[in-house]
Amino acid sequence: MLIQYIAFYVFAAVVVASAFMVIAARNPVHSVLFLILAFFNSAGLFVLAGAEFLAMTLVIVYVGGVAVLFLFVVMMLDINFVRLRQGFMQYLPVGAMLGAVLLVELLLVVGAMTIKPDIEALAAPMPPVERQSNTHALGELLYTRYMYPFQVAGMVLLAAMIGAIVLTFRVRTGVCKQNISAQVARRRADAVEMKKVVPRAGVSGGL
Amino acid sequence: MEPLAIPLGHFLSVAAVLFTLGVLGIFLNRKNVIVILMSVELMLLAVNLNLVAFSAHLGDMVGQVFAMFVLTVAAAEAAIGLAILVAHFRNRGTVAVEDISLMKG
Repeated sequence: MLIQYIAFYVFAAVVVASAFMVIAARNPVHSVLFLILAFFNSAGLFVLAGAEFLAMTLVIVYVGGVAVLFLFVVMMLDINFVRLRQGFMQYLPVGAMLGAVLLVELLLVVGAMTIKPDIEALAAPMPPVERQSNTHALGELLYTRYMYPFQVAGMVLLAAMIGAIVLTFRVRTGVCKQNISAQVARRRADAVEMKKVVPRAGVSGGL
Repeated sequence: MEPLAIPLGHFLSVAAVLFTLGVLGIFLNRKNVIVILMSVELMLLAVNLNLVAFSAHLGDMVGQVFAMFVLTVAAAEAAIGLAILVAHFRNRGTVAVEDISLMKG
């Protein structure tokens, strides 16, 4: 029990610290790296809460996909980050005040909240781990009762993929590209022309 | 139903702090769109943490199913946001928020 508490506090502290560094780091590359650290440690928190599959998904989707995407964009775009940092201090007082108010409100909600004691009608009770693993239980739910939302989530990803391709696609002019379909569709009649050549008159036909 | 080893309030507090840091990031980095997108990711992560904590506390799987959908939307949002950012940077040569005023909103 104690080891779980220690792990929880270590993960929580690192998550909060790296989330702070995400918004406070001067260099956006460092921000992205701290974001990756935050994702890793919240995956640890997920494992502590018993959601192993989501923890692994977090590592794969967020760290492997989203954070690397951020890293690529930050490194590919030639951005003047010094100019973007201007005004940080200007917004600090009002931002800190608003953040403090929001945090106090949220913590008051967390402190005052109680769960209805006689709650019994769970939508999908979690099976004990000895009988069924977390991944198995999640899959059984996702592929049966939540089939349609699952398909819709797939459509959202497809739309995002097509949208990202369309947004970043550009037709480049002035480059010589191989056009394979034109090459394959070429027939003998397009390429070769038969000429009747008069002897000692050349191809122009002795005009 | 096996409740959490860690009290639910601890998880919710961590998520609350994370969410506040996300909001704060949007307020403080008002010029850099990339950091704003990262702050949105942090806020969605806090939401996911809440969903998973409640799911584990109540012994109900649906919270984790919903967290999965939030994960999907977050990934799609990041991809589209960064694509718009790249397209905008190509046209205007900047990612500062105050320069994104073409639509005069």
